[in-house]
Amino acid sequence: MTGLQNFTKGLWKDNPVLRMLLGLCPTLAVTTSAIDALGMGAATTFVLLGSNVVISTIRRVVPAQARIPIFIVVIASFVTIVDLLLQAYFPILARSLGVFIPLIVVNCIILGRAEAFASKNGPASSLVDGLGMGVGFMLALLVIGAVREVLGSGSIFGMPLFPDDAPRALVFVLPPGAFVTLGCILWLMNDLDLRRSRRV
Amino acid sequence: MSDQSIFVLVLGAILVNNVIFARFLGVCPYLGVSKRQDTAFGMGMAVLFVMTICAAITWPIEHYVLARGALAPGIDLSFMRTIVFILVIASLVQLVEIVLKKTAPALYQALGIFLPLITTNCAILGVAILAVQNKLGYLQALVFSFSSALGFALALLLFAGIRERLALHKVPRALAGAPIGLITAGILAMAFMGFAGLGR
Repeated sequence: MTGLQNFTKGLWKDNPVLRMLLGLCPTLAVTTSAIDALGMGAATTFVLLGSNVVISTIRRVVPAQARIPIFIVVIASFVTIVDLLLQAYFPILARSLGVFIPLIVVNCIILGRAEAFASKNGPASSLVDGLGMGVGFMLALLVIGAVREVLGSGSIFGMPLFPDDAPRALVFVLPPGAFVTLGCILWLMNDLDLRRSRRV
Repeated sequence: MSDQSIFVLVLGAILVNNVIFARFLGVCPYLGVSKRQDTAFGMGMAVLFVMTICAAITWPIEHYVLARGALAPGIDLSFMRTIVFILVIASLVQLVEIVLKKTAPALYQALGIFLPLITTNCAILGVAILAVQNKLGYLQALVFSFSSALGFALALLLFAGIRERLALHKVPRALAGAPIGLITAGILAMAFMGFAGLGR
């Protein structure tokens, strides 16, 4: 597998959210606006990069039986770094992401990549893998966040799109909208895949 | 603390701020083990068990070790919360598994396969952190965790019941599986929004 393929597999073919249905809790919870979605994606990407590189570096000295607790400690350390950085430099974002920042530690994407990729490959390709998966996660969140923000609040990245008196589908920024939006996006992707396979 | 506030806490955690439909915690197992009602019941009971024990252990750790000035004046270890809590949960799950296997084989048979899955169930860590962030007392934290877990079990059972019926019907291929599941969950979440305002 070339470096480029290693990077791009996370974007579409093996997208962690849209294909593998991993990390759904933050996906549904923090996508009420595009900004929050982007912030969550960036924070998760940072943790994923850090944990992938560290875990692939120490993979030969970690005993197989104790690997999961060790991986979790590595991941939790990076999550703490992100948590403190966000609180210091982006307090508003930190407040709106709330409990989902410490919860990055139980995001199955990160432990999944540690177990499936970083513990078997070198630091360089683990870095690329983490970057691809992180960006794939961020893109999925951004798409869902943008759809929900446009439909629910009538704005994008906080900038209003419609006149003030235009109607808004408030339900899209409420919890049900999260489930329905993700469901419809998955539906569309399945539909595209089915059409493509029919053509071949 | 009056009886009424306990009642409001229970009602709030089960219905108004349901862990899945309002807080988006534990969505992965919610979608993963909801194909049949009996497995949904097993998972719900396992979560109920672990979440309550977990609150019983993490609360004293937070208040007697991690909180500012708890160990000694001037020492603030609260930045270690994420790492400590996740390690406590991971070892607790292992411990519960070992103890159940020895003392209650029948219960272990029923819950056994769900226990390892619980470590990465973000509802456990999320509820433990929320109990601390909301500054609940010890009894309140226990009640909050227990009723949050009840809310999780309720959501899981409702969803599994719907999915069992859904399996008997013809669903368009592109919608089958996750997409229709998410849209169903969205409609359920809408129903749960009807509880909003039932006591704050």
